Amino acid sequence: MEMESIAQGAAPGSNAGTHGSRRSYVVGLGYAVILTLASFWVSSTDLVYPPGVPILLGVLAIAQMGVHLIFFLHISSAPDQANNILALAFGIFVVGLTVFASIIIMSHLNHAMMPMDRLMQMQR
Amino acid sequence: MNAVNQALTRTEEIPLSFRGPAPTRSVAGFGFWLFLLSDIVIFGALFAAYAVLSGETAGGPTGAELFDKRHVFIETACLLASSVTCGFALLSAQRTEKLATYFWLAATFALGALFLALETSEFSTMLAAGAGPSRSAFLSSFFALVGTHGLHVSMGLAWLVLMALQIATLGFQPMVSRRLFCFALFWHALDIVWVGVFTIVYLGAH
Repeated sequence: MEMESIAQGAAPGSNAGTHGSRRSYVVGLGYAVILTLASFWVSSTDLVYPPGVPILLGVLAIAQMGVHLIFFLHISSAPDQANNILALAFGIFVVGLTVFASIIIMSHLNHAMMPMDRLMQMQR
Repeated sequence: MNAVNQALTRTEEIPLSFRGPAPTRSVAGFGFWLFLLSDIVIFGALFAAYAVLSGETAGGPTGAELFDKRHVFIETACLLASSVTCGFALLSAQRTEKLATYFWLAATFALGALFLALETSEFSTMLAAGAGPSRSAFLSSFFALVGTHGLHVSMGLAWLVLMALQIATLGFQPMVSRRLFCFALFWHALDIVWVGVFTIVYLGAH
């Protein structure tokens, strides 16, 4: 079974060394707890320069998603994971495109639109 | 260990076209991984809608006024802990330890149910305060995004119960362990989506 999965590409989550996996969940939990506490601390403290807070939160969230992918879903750069990584890359690409393009397009439209009160005056 | 290494080198020498079809577990896992990614694309669209509309409160309550960070912290802790217990359930199932599997599945269910209860109480407080989805574009997108995640969690809980029943009736057949494995992937993916939710919706509230 293990031999086959290496030859054919492994499914996500099926870490080859199953004996050490309990440790991987515990280590992942440790990192995730640290990152979560850091996120909540950053959002409520006055010590961080306020315009930097969203960037810091974004970095912490991306790091935590990485921790979840590596330690819980066992996604790695091993050769038998090439299919999973490619699919993941495409998923991230589509999500990034949807989110950032929406934000850019809508903020431009917002910027180009006449203020609502003046629009209402013209309709009268 | 030496035998395993030899087996590895031998399989790598076989050309891809001679290796035959991939094992069902790999195919099922990869197919389910593609489903999860497309599900995450759906969440991406909802996140995009929320990011665009989060400031459009139409004179109604803003996120900073509505959200309680302590509440969200407990919800996050529940989901994170349930992700780990779900992983332990999967490991116990791989070792065909029935009692341990039931124990970790029950722990996962309890934590997931606690998360859902907290979320439901949050929603009902908001609805009672007149901050329902019809109040403003911000609240519509909030309920769409967080509600879809909550719906996924409830489906996950139903699936979890089904898996426990299948283990009880069918035992650890390859089919059952494959389904349990897909369930674990689903549950971990929901936790990844929640990282986005608590960062963007709750901690990023302004």
